[in-house]
Amino acid sequence: MLHMPKTPDYRSLVEPTRVHSSLYTDERIFQDELERIWYRTWVYVGHVSEVPNPNDYVTKSIGPTPVLLVRDRAGEIRLLLNKCPHRGNQLCAYRRGNRTTFTCPYHSWTFSNTGDLIGFAFADGYEGCDKRQFGLGKVPRIGIYRGFIFGSFAEDGPSLDEYLGGAKASLDQLLDNSPEGELELTAGFLQHRTKANWKFILENETDGYHPAFVHSSIFQVSDSGIGKLYDPRSSALTRDFGNGHTEFDLRPEWRRLDKPLQWFGTNEGRLPDYVRAMTGAYGPERARQIMIDGTPHTMIFPNLFIAEIQLFVIQPIAVDETIQHVTALQFKGAPDFNRRLRQQTMGSVGPAGLLLADDTEMYERNHRGAAIRDPEWLTLTRGLHRERRDENGYLIGHSTDEVPQRGIWRHYLELMTA
Amino acid sequence: MSSTSASSLTLAEAASTGSDHAHRQEDAGELMHRIEQFLYLEARLQDTHAYDDWEALWTDDAIYWVPANGHDTDPEREMSIIYDNRSRIRLRVEQLKTGRHHTQTPPSNLARLISNVELVRQEGDEVHVRANMLVFEDNLRGETIWAARNEYTLRMVEGAFRLARKKVALVNNHKPIFTLSFLV
Ligand code: FES
Ligand SMILES: [Fe+2]
Repeated sequence: MLHMPKTPDYRSLVEPTRVHSSLYTDERIFQDELERIWYRTWVYVGHVSEVPNPNDYVTKSIGPTPVLLVRDRAGEIRLLLNKCPHRGNQLCAYRRGNRTTFTCPYHSWTFSNTGDLIGFAFADGYEGCDKRQFGLGKVPRIGIYRGFIFGSFAEDGPSLDEYLGGAKASLDQLLDNSPEGELELTAGFLQHRTKANWKFILENETDGYHPAFVHSSIFQVSDSGIGKLYDPRSSALTRDFGNGHTEFDLRPEWRRLDKPLQWFGTNEGRLPDYVRAMTGAYGPERARQIMIDGTPHTMIFPNLFIAEIQLFVIQPIAVDETIQHVTALQFKGAPDFNRRLRQQTMGSVGPAGLLLADDTEMYERNHRGAAIRDPEWLTLTRGLHRERRDENGYLIGHSTDEVPQRGIWRHYLELMTA
Repeated sequence: MSSTSASSLTLAEAASTGSDHAHRQEDAGELMHRIEQFLYLEARLQDTHAYDDWEALWTDDAIYWVPANGHDTDPEREMSIIYDNRSRIRLRVEQLKTGRHHTQTPPSNLARLISNVELVRQEGDEVHVRANMLVFEDNLRGETIWAARNEYTLRMVEGAFRLARKKVALVNNHKPIFTLSFLV
């Protein structure tokens, strides 16, 4: 077994270019992370398009904690805890629906979808009680950026805007790919369970060192051009936006090739309706540039990953268990494009995905390895000598460098020692 | 299925003869037997990772579907765990054959049971079949049990059944599930 520190001293476990294995396997550290990361910072919860109508709701989560993402009667988005304040019963057992009230099945307390207690059952037993004291728990802060809903259990702290910082540009880049500037996540989520710590997944999302090896089987049998983005000759970059947000910037490669929709492995002739809609919306020049640049590949700390054609949500369940929720990106006003996005997403991700099954296999092997004694330290030195700053002051490196992972851990240490 | 072949006498034809109950029973039994033998063959090819032989079972217009989030979703609008046409079935098999599809390297050890086989209906040269399936998987992670209610469309091609459509409706497909990378 690994040497476990008596009480985790994060400064001695996270160094600039190496991290201690116990960070992935120590149960106490996981509990600390829940308090200091998942229940304190901004966490992505869901998208406005998942609750399009008044009184729609969908069950989501912040870390292991289930929350109800609700659009109330007046159209306002709310995040309520899915727990009856009377005796703690799970309030809503359905994954989605449309309703103005929730009634607890245990003793029939009824709540409006704003979270207020409307009525006690057998109310004579509650004479003189103030209903206002018995509403549902709420996520105190909600922030929405361009349809992406984030929640924070901290009453105060940085605004969502400050928190997202440079990563906002990635979300803007994403939405530029819709002729209407909006997403509609309507295809439902695949839920892929893995016996691995959540941080192995977080780090892998912008690890450009692995694709050539982990995905060599699929690169060999399909004519995907993805492999080339992550080989030593690629001009693609890794970037650390700060606050733990990281990206691959593939635009240098796409701009070099200068072909609209090359990033999606297709061309304008195959998606005429989409090209027409984009040109109508943005004008020919800007539309062409958007279709050359494509969508981002960005990991927004700690749990929202935009992977070109997919949206992933990372949900930690336990120190050694994580769920990847994934769906196809769907752009408003682009049905022909969306169909292809769904088809490619279904082929590549989820439990039977031709790409993600192999990543997930690696996470599980990582996790088992991390529990082994020697060496206890895992190294993150790749590309240190060529790390540099871009014109915005963000650290960048080659697409195969460990710039993002070092950035993630730098932020992690700040959060865990704050 | 050709109606001139004695062994492929349809249920409707068998029923319409009306006169010989025993004979009708025998033909229906023979058809069920052939269906079951085909399902067992497919199961064995999957359990033994006989990728080429398994791929050869599919028709050119095949659909291989493993829905998510329920059993009656629309795969053209909603995410499925697998929604493969014939060319993606081939890609899946080719990836497995590279020997570098890590989640199947080493391959899972598998044993599956197929049971509750029902002939739903027969249309021309196709039969629609239902069966339950239980798969025991052993791999590096540990042991997993998978259960599904399967639906098949089998088509008679040159005297043998082929898979035209297969739906694997995992009973827990609305929950998070582990990697499912063997041939299910
Ligand atoms: S636990 Fe909900 S009403 Fe009693
Ligand atoms: Fe990967």
